Amino acid sequence: MDRMLYVAMTGARQILHAQSLNNQNLANVSTTGFRRDLAAFNSQPVVGEGLPTRVYAMAERAGVDTTPGQISTTGRELDVAVDGEGWIGVQAPDGKAAYTRAGDLRLTTNGMLTTGTGLPVLGNSGPIAIPPADKIAIGNDGTISIVPQGGQSATLVEVDRIRLVKSDSRQLEKDRFGLMRQQNGQPAPQDASVRLVAGALEGSNVNTADALVNMIGLARQFELQIKMMNTASDNASATNQLLRLE
Amino acid sequence: MGSPLWIAKTGLDAQQMRMGVISNNLANVNTTAFKRDRPEFEDLLYQNVRQAGGQSSQNTQLPSGLMLGTGVRTVGTEKLFTQGNLIQTGNNLDMAINGRGFFQIQMPDGNLAYTRAGSFHMNDQGQLVTANGYELQPGIAIPANTQSITLGEDGVVSVKIAGQAESNQVGTLQLADFINPSGLQPIGGNLYVESAASGAPQVGNPAGNGMGSLAQGSLEGSNVNVVEELVNMIETQRAYEMNSKAIATVDQMLQYVNNNL
Repeated sequence: MDRMLYVAMTGARQILHAQSLNNQNLANVSTTGFRRDLAAFNSQPVVGEGLPTRVYAMAERAGVDTTPGQISTTGRELDVAVDGEGWIGVQAPDGKAAYTRAGDLRLTTNGMLTTGTGLPVLGNSGPIAIPPADKIAIGNDGTISIVPQGGQSATLVEVDRIRLVKSDSRQLEKDRFGLMRQQNGQPAPQDASVRLVAGALEGSNVNTADALVNMIGLARQFELQIKMMNTASDNASATNQLLRLE
Repeated sequence: MGSPLWIAKTGLDAQQMRMGVISNNLANVNTTAFKRDRPEFEDLLYQNVRQAGGQSSQNTQLPSGLMLGTGVRTVGTEKLFTQGNLIQTGNNLDMAINGRGFFQIQMPDGNLAYTRAGSFHMNDQGQLVTANGYELQPGIAIPANTQSITLGEDGVVSVKIAGQAESNQVGTLQLADFINPSGLQPIGGNLYVESAASGAPQVGNPAGNGMGSLAQGSLEGSNVNVVEELVNMIETQRAYEMNSKAIATVDQMLQYVNNNL
């Protein structure tokens, strides 16, 4: 039987992978700071004797769409959204620096500033700890100032500054925790031009209409692959007919 | 075959859970000192199907790999302790906290619970109690024959007794504060209990040391923003529909295989 059957089979399988990726985007349509994964297909020609007519498809995650999501105000003092380009530095579970756009920060009992998922937020030198405070204010440039417990509201004390970085989006990739990291493993440089909006959160940047159209497209392409398998089967049975001795 | 189906299913779960939180917020729009919840989502672990940078042949590398996410999950809900509106009621025993802090309530099991709902009542012994009859701590007894009760913004309670010219101080209300109020565990009945995430309570007098001041004759309203919740509801409903559409599409794809091969 012609190997075309296998080409179609791989195609169908890779399209299911792409559909998974698309569904992942749709499932995270309301995850704070979620960045959309981009799917792409790569052609893998099989070179051998004769003509290279067999080209397999390979689904891949081409990268992450870094366009900003919708910013909505929440009024909570520890919510921050990155305005425009830039990332918030956090300490990943493996202890290394990673980057996120999810700015739903909170305090632990020890005064550590963490993200909503419990990762410590990085400051100028390591994770940020905030002493007992009556009021916490996060400035546009990530500076955290507090009114110490029992202090006057006029005496603001600067505690630390959230590590805000900017990096070429081609240098960043998503790790398995959904955090962004530099591909070369080095920490991204701090950038003073990154702006934060306090009291606001950035939503997911998944474009739902786009994802739905993409989903329908993939479904039809999948059917096309099945059709190709049928054709391969028809061809094979025609060949069998031809060779039948009567 | 399962993966795209299950990913979309996690999306449905998350949106349904969000709908539950929104309903609870809307149901409590008139609950005294109710603090609204917010669900927090995170993307689930990514599976590395094919490593980026692997060799595609002797001399070439794959420019990018295939990392498939496995969906979304709810990390938790967070109480948003923003100040609610102060509503004037004119009732002597209504108290609102303007700023940080919680009233301490003695539970029937002897432990302390915390609340911001300051609609207190008096029991037959003259003690200040909540609507459920749980005593306010530190206990304040209002003597019999009291004509009027005055509560200072620093928590000093003074009463004027019939036949006496001067008013007497009968006690001072104290508030408790937590380093991470969002970590308090809500137990219903407008009450919260201390948890490992909230930290230990720090007790202090109102209007001092960062505590809020008390306002007599007022109650703190719910901090639910109805418009915001309704917008959230629309968003949730549409996101739910999209995820169910995704399930239907994958279903059709598989059905097509079954029917046509």
